[in-house]
Amino acid sequence: MIRVELAKLFRRPRTYVITGLLCALPLIVAIFLATTKIPPPPGQGGAFLSAVLSNGALYPAAAMALVLPVFLPVSVAVLAGDAVAGEASAGTLRYLLIRPVSRTRLVIAKLLSLVTFVLFAILAVLVTAYITGSLLFGVSTTSAGVALPADVTSLSGVTITPFGLVLRLLGTVAYIVVSMLSVAAIALFLSTVTDSALGAAMGALAVLVTSQVLVTLDAAAAVRPYLPTRYWLAWIDFFREPVLWRDIERGAGIQLVYLVVLLGAAWANFLTKDVAD
Amino acid sequence: MITTHDLTKRYGHTVAVDGVGLDVREGDRYGLLGPNGSGKTTLVRMLLGLVFATKGEIEVMGRPVPRRVREVLPDIGALVEGPGAYGNLSGRTNLALFDAAGPGSRRRDRRQRVGEALERVGLAGIDRRPVKAYSLGMRQRLGLAGALLRKPRLLILDEPTNGLDPRGIREIRELLASLNAEGTTVFLSSHLLGEIDALCTRVGVMDRGQLVVQDELSALRAPTGHVVVTTPTPSRAVALLDGRVSSISGDSVVVRHEDAGALNALLVEAGITVTGISTQHRTLEDVVLDATTTSSDRVS
Repeated sequence: MIRVELAKLFRRPRTYVITGLLCALPLIVAIFLATTKIPPPPGQGGAFLSAVLSNGALYPAAAMALVLPVFLPVSVAVLAGDAVAGEASAGTLRYLLIRPVSRTRLVIAKLLSLVTFVLFAILAVLVTAYITGSLLFGVSTTSAGVALPADVTSLSGVTITPFGLVLRLLGTVAYIVVSMLSVAAIALFLSTVTDSALGAAMGALAVLVTSQVLVTLDAAAAVRPYLPTRYWLAWIDFFREPVLWRDIERGAGIQLVYLVVLLGAAWANFLTKDVAD
Repeated sequence: MITTHDLTKRYGHTVAVDGVGLDVREGDRYGLLGPNGSGKTTLVRMLLGLVFATKGEIEVMGRPVPRRVREVLPDIGALVEGPGAYGNLSGRTNLALFDAAGPGSRRRDRRQRVGEALERVGLAGIDRRPVKAYSLGMRQRLGLAGALLRKPRLLILDEPTNGLDPRGIREIRELLASLNAEGTTVFLSSHLLGEIDALCTRVGVMDRGQLVVQDELSALRAPTGHVVVTTPTPSRAVALLDGRVSSISGDSVVVRHEDAGALNALLVEAGITVTGISTQHRTLEDVVLDATTTSSDRVS
């Protein structure tokens, strides 16, 4: 079943359109930065953005910081919202179920296909960002390695080896995939509740926006540690020296809790649902 | 093949299917007839484990449904309320994907099986065009091909001829008859009387969620106890048979009589020319009209 889901994912033009749009955003930003050479003031703008002017090798990390807060979760919510509701409205869900595909297996295959999409999209963004970064800003690797920017590292002037940078990027990719699990699980759950793919995506986005707003609200400090988006930017800690694991671990933990609870709800709801359209 | 007992489905206060006791036997060509909204599709969905019954039991090929429906589904080909396909993919790819999605499909002969199924439904020449470019009739044929893909023992088809032209309907009818002759049990639902009249050997009639008639078609088409006589001189026939004539229209006379042969002899003996004589049978339409109340989409 998972092979069939992957075949459907990679045979749909929209997969590539969404990925292309995700790659386009860092490209546009890079072009503006490279032509004007105006770095964002320290403490503002996306992480790493001022650092890339001196070293294009860091641009993949900057690109992650650009797409993660809004663009990537929106595309995950749209695809996950469509996962079950879209099959239902296309009339293919009933034919999958009488094939027979077990309902449990179908939900899991949908989730794995979403994870694959996130991985594919992130890797595409990383590759295009590395290419634009090195073409537009140049790569300055000394024999000692890549200098981490002062505004993210706790110790300025620390350098890491290119191999170390690749390791940290891989950690970042893994953490971002995990961060998207809660979005995917929310939208997937709603997708089993409603027959409207748009409704499911909208519901998941509503949860995310609410969470993003509450994260910045001091009055909501009590619930802050449990919000799904609270630790989304914790992957930046991979670029500190030494790596700061505390938030990364908490973030991954929260995501897993959301995943287990919502996927369980999606499964329980779908298992007893009348497929009547 | 399929038996249900007191099968009931409620949606809130509406009763979609009400105490249905279906009995489809192996080798049947069973036609479920009923107007739109009479509960046919909900019934079909319950047989396939898509919709869960509020009350009652279902047994398909000896297995309780929905509890063990997964054991029998591989032997069932079905078309439920119109075909479903991924519009951006070709018909062939669609069939191959659905085949690969479930258990017990051999990859080796998949291409061949897809080709055979497409040929059986008259789509042998389809190219790589995506399904979204197909006509309604082509989609319907593709859906049928999907149902035939794994040579099922039981076909459950909900409105299989939707969107087909008269020639297409005839082709599908012949296809279903030949599959039935090869041993496949065919269960089809339709709101079109003629379709079921022309294909089926057993008939069930649904009305407002209830199964109001279920019998062999030949038994339903019992003689009415009347004989229709066609003669160029109807007035002479009426004069002879006075008291037994129940209606006259043009040159045909309907006579209350059990035996067409004896009646014929009587008329000929009296010197009346008989150009046609036949025993009158109840039509399926009479059966349906007797059994059902009002049209379901009539609001009064």
